[in-house]
Formats: sequence, structure tokens, C-alpha cells
Amino acid sequence: MASITLKNVVKRYGSGKTAVPVIHGVNAEIKDGEFIVIVGPSGCGKSTLLRMIAGLEEISGGDISIGDRVVNNLEPAQRDIAMVFQNYALYPHMTNFENMAYGLKIAKVPVDEIKQRVDKAAKILELGHLLDRKPRQLSGGQRQRVAMGRAIVRQPKVFLFDEPLSNLDAKLRAQTRIEIQKLHHELGITSLFVTHDQVEAMTLAQRMIVMNGGVMDQFGTPEEVYNTPATTFVASFIGSPPMNLLKNAPGGKPGQILGIRPEHIDIVASGGWAMDVITVELLGAERLVYGTVGGEMVTVRIEEAHIFPKAGDTIRIQPREERRLHWFNAETGKRI
Amino acid sequence: MVDRRPWITVLSHLVLIVGVLIVAFPLYLAFVASTHTADAIVQSPMPLLPGAHMWENYKAALFGSGKLGSNTNVMHMMWVSFMTAMIITVGKIAISLLSAFAIVYFRFPFKMLCFWAIFLTLMLPVEVRILPTYKVVAELGMLNSYAGLTLPLIASATATFLFRQFFLTVPDELVEAARIDGAGPMRFFKDVLVPLSKTSVAALFVIQFIYGWNQYLWPLLMTTSEDMYPVVIGIKRMLAGGEAAVDWNIVMATAIVAMLPPAAVVMLMQKWFVKGLVDTEK
Repeated sequence: MASITLKNVVKRYGSGKTAVPVIHGVNAEIKDGEFIVIVGPSGCGKSTLLRMIAGLEEISGGDISIGDRVVNNLEPAQRDIAMVFQNYALYPHMTNFENMAYGLKIAKVPVDEIKQRVDKAAKILELGHLLDRKPRQLSGGQRQRVAMGRAIVRQPKVFLFDEPLSNLDAKLRAQTRIEIQKLHHELGITSLFVTHDQVEAMTLAQRMIVMNGGVMDQFGTPEEVYNTPATTFVASFIGSPPMNLLKNAPGGKPGQILGIRPEHIDIVASGGWAMDVITVELLGAERLVYGTVGGEMVTVRIEEAHIFPKAGDTIRIQPREERRLHWFNAETGKRI
Repeated sequence: MVDRRPWITVLSHLVLIVGVLIVAFPLYLAFVASTHTADAIVQSPMPLLPGAHMWENYKAALFGSGKLGSNTNVMHMMWVSFMTAMIITVGKIAISLLSAFAIVYFRFPFKMLCFWAIFLTLMLPVEVRILPTYKVVAELGMLNSYAGLTLPLIASATATFLFRQFFLTVPDELVEAARIDGAGPMRFFKDVLVPLSKTSVAALFVIQFIYGWNQYLWPLLMTTSEDMYPVVIGIKRMLAGGEAAVDWNIVMATAIVAMLPPAAVVMLMQKWFVKGLVDTEK
């Protein structure tokens, strides 16, 4: 049983009156075998949350349970977890084999079992021929795979990934993303993946936790987060280009913000809203039209279109469907 | 950019060659002097080429010739010097590694106080504290012993600082990965930190060995029996014969012999240095 339960998890730095709260009461239930992505901008507390689950940071309030055990006071090695770091954190003076075997050696696992487990992990990750080399002789992607191998051999209840793809170049990132997905399919171990990249979040997550300023704004599947964002933050964070948020939308009440995604707006011949085009970007298969509606910036995404606006034109745009309109409370940012 | 001024290369080579000559010439003279008879050296001009008496001079120097000057067995003095230098070096490295480890990786009460206390001792040269140190060593009955020769010189602020600076460059994630792997602090120290510190240890080994080997003031003060003299004191004592002529050739031979172990240490450790530098990785 490797579910994870977060109950009112709070983190404060410092103590007493001058304590700075950075995580304000996160509640979440993660099921056994789920791949959960914690996504948010820099400084939102996602890494802190992960490190509290790992045991590398102390928990200031609330409870974290792995399986049926409350793990607040357990050392990382006792929580049955494994972690993959952004900078790989491989021991430079040990061979890749020794790197992967180190945790097992400390746990006094018999030598032949260690070899068996390492060889199996190396096979899954295609590292067999690199086992005798040292980390510095490997490329970034290979090092990350060794780091993942080190996590796999521990046969943990939970995998924790702390922005593991951030140090890789774009092509390698896409490749390693697929490998992580494959791994999850094969091994089915509950995984928590932290990233600031919403593309990684959308592609990898079965469900995702969107964090903002130490608060969990939404916890849902990629579809839910995309189609029904719970706050203006989630609305503008997920989806590229970001959702248009209009304070004074035509047809809206005061105190309400209208959200509509660029890909859900059509250019129409008449009716709809008037938009003054500022610039048009060609992205190959699509174009992004930037302009203003009632003084507010709006982006429209059009594909092979017959109507090609140019900078300086005034065009008419209309949301495609009623259900693509999202209304938010201007004061709280929450969905209405 | 291609360097279009070859004369700078010539100039720098010239300067280096002159520098080497200035440093090496006295050593060469010492070697030459060690291969002649005592009378040949004293004549002027001093011979500039090696003589024919090398082996007998060195034998006499190493094993005592029964003649005037010091009768001490230079071999024994070499052994004393070697032991002193090794004990000081190994002791210093061990203690400094552990102190730097404590300072960098642990939080404990009065940590800053300890840190500054260690730092302050850097400002006190050996000579300033030599009288109290002598009193303590004498009262503990450690005069004329290896313990007395080495213990006061073992604690070192410089070595602690060197290791501290190095430990600060070890990424935190390595510590965290070790924690997750289940390594406690001492395990981490033994399996990760120490192997990573190899280059610093090698560098420190060389420096401290030479420092320990060349110790003169402290052994002079606290040893009175000849069998605890390090070789540098032995050399000095050979010159003490006021009435009789000094056997310069034996003295020079002893000096050359006394220079060999530190030189050997430097040459051996150089391999480690270079290997360590090539091996270094983040």
C-alpha cells in the first residue's frame, strides 16, 4: 500500500513571531500507483513540499502519511522512498554500479541480490554497458538514468522526482520524459514529480497539484485543470499561450473576470467583439494574433485561416462555445 | 589569439632558468662538497666538480665515523625526523578533517565560538605560546618523547580551514542523496567526503610533512637526549666543534641525505596531485 496522504501540511521557516510560513495547509490524497505532478512557478513551495514528504525538511504542522504510517518523524531512509534530484547527485568517485548499489550496501542487502537488482535496473534503463564507468564519463541524460536506476533498485513505495529534467536540453528532456512514463507503466510505483514546466505536467500527470504561493490551488486531472481551472492563477498557468483574462469583458458583471483560451476564439465576419490587432506571430502551423479588446490585451490562436489579420487591422472575434467561457471572482481569483 | 611576441617566451624562460640556477646552485655546491675530503673543501677556490670520495663520506655520515663532531648515528636521527613528520602529518590531517566536518555539517551550541576560537589561534605564532607549551609538556612528563615532539604541533587551524573550504563546495544534494540512501553522518564522512578530499589531503600531506621534518625550535627546546634528536638538530650539532676543524664534507653529506625524504615525498605526491586534478568533477 503506497498511498500518500497530506493532511493540513504547513511549513514555516524560523520560529515564534518572526516565523515565515511558506506552505499554508495543503490537503491531498494520493492513491497507490498514481503519477502525480506538483507544478507551479519558482518559489511556490513545490520543492519544499516534496522535500517534506522525503524527510529532508521538517514538517511544521500537519501530517504526512505514506501507506498507513505517519512519517513526520521518520528519517528519509526509513520512509521507504527514493528520490531523483535535479542535479543527479551521483557520488563522483564511485562507479555507476557502486552509485546504484550504495543504498543497498548500507541496508546490508546480500551481495548477489545487490548485483541482481542493479543489473535488472540497468537493463530497464539501458545502462548495462556503462556500469563500470564513473559519472563524469557520462552525458547528462545518462547520468539522470543512473540516478533513476539508483532509485529503482531500492524498490521503494514512492518515487520522488525533484525537477529531474530541468538540467537537460530540450531534445533530451522529451526523450527522458517518455522513459519516465515507460518506467511508470512497467513498475507502477506511486510517483511524485515536481516541475515548473506546465508541458511536463500536462503530459506526465495522471493528476496534478497546482501550487501558488504555498497554497494548493487545484488538484485534478490534466483535463480538469485545463477545462475547469479553479482559479485565475491555474487558468493562466496551464495552457500555452496562456488564457485571456478580461476584467471588463463585454457581457460580464463588475467584479468578475472572464477567462477564455486563445484557441477557443474564432475570427468572425460580423458580431462578437471588436479587436484592434497589434501584431501577428506566425508559428508554422498556427498564428497568434495579439491585440486589444476594450483596452485589454487579448491573444487569439488561429490555424490555417482564410481571414489573415495584419497589424493595425480591426477584426471581430467571438468565443467558440458558451462552455469555453470561465468566470472568476475578481477579488478572490476563484472560479464562480 | 596567436601570441606574436616570441621574445616574451624567451624572456620568461630566461627568468625561470636564472631563478632555478640561483636556488639550485647552493644545493649543487653542497653535493660537490659532500664528495670531497675535508681538506679539499677548505682550500680556495672551492672545487666546482664532484670529487671521488662520495661513498665513504656518505657511509661515514650515515653510520657514524667515530671521528670528531657528532658521533650520533645519522640513520637514527633520520628515523626520528621521519616518525615526527609522519605523526604530525597524519595526526593533523585526521583532526582537521574531523573538525572541518563538524563545523560545516553540524549545528551545535557554541558552534560560532569554537569556529572563532580556532581562527584566533591562527594569529598566534608558535613562538608566542612556546613557554606555556613547554611547561605543560614538561609537567606531563612528555619531554624527550615522540608524544612531546608531535602533540603540540598536531592541532592546525590552516588545515581545518582548507578542508572547510573544500567541504563547502560539496553540493548539498550529495548529502541528501546519502541521507536517503541511509548513510549516517560518519558513514557519509567515510564513504563520500574523505574520498572526495583526496587532492586536498595529498596537498596537505606534502606541506605538513616538510613542516614536520624541518621542525627545529621545538625539538631543540624539549629534547635533551641525543637519541631523540631530529636530523636538522644533528646537522647543527656537527658544526659545534669549536676547537677542532669541522668535517664539512660529512656535514654536507648529512645535509644532502636530510633533504632526500621531503624531496621524495613531494615527488611521490605529485602524481596524486595531478591525478586528483584530472579526476576532479562536479
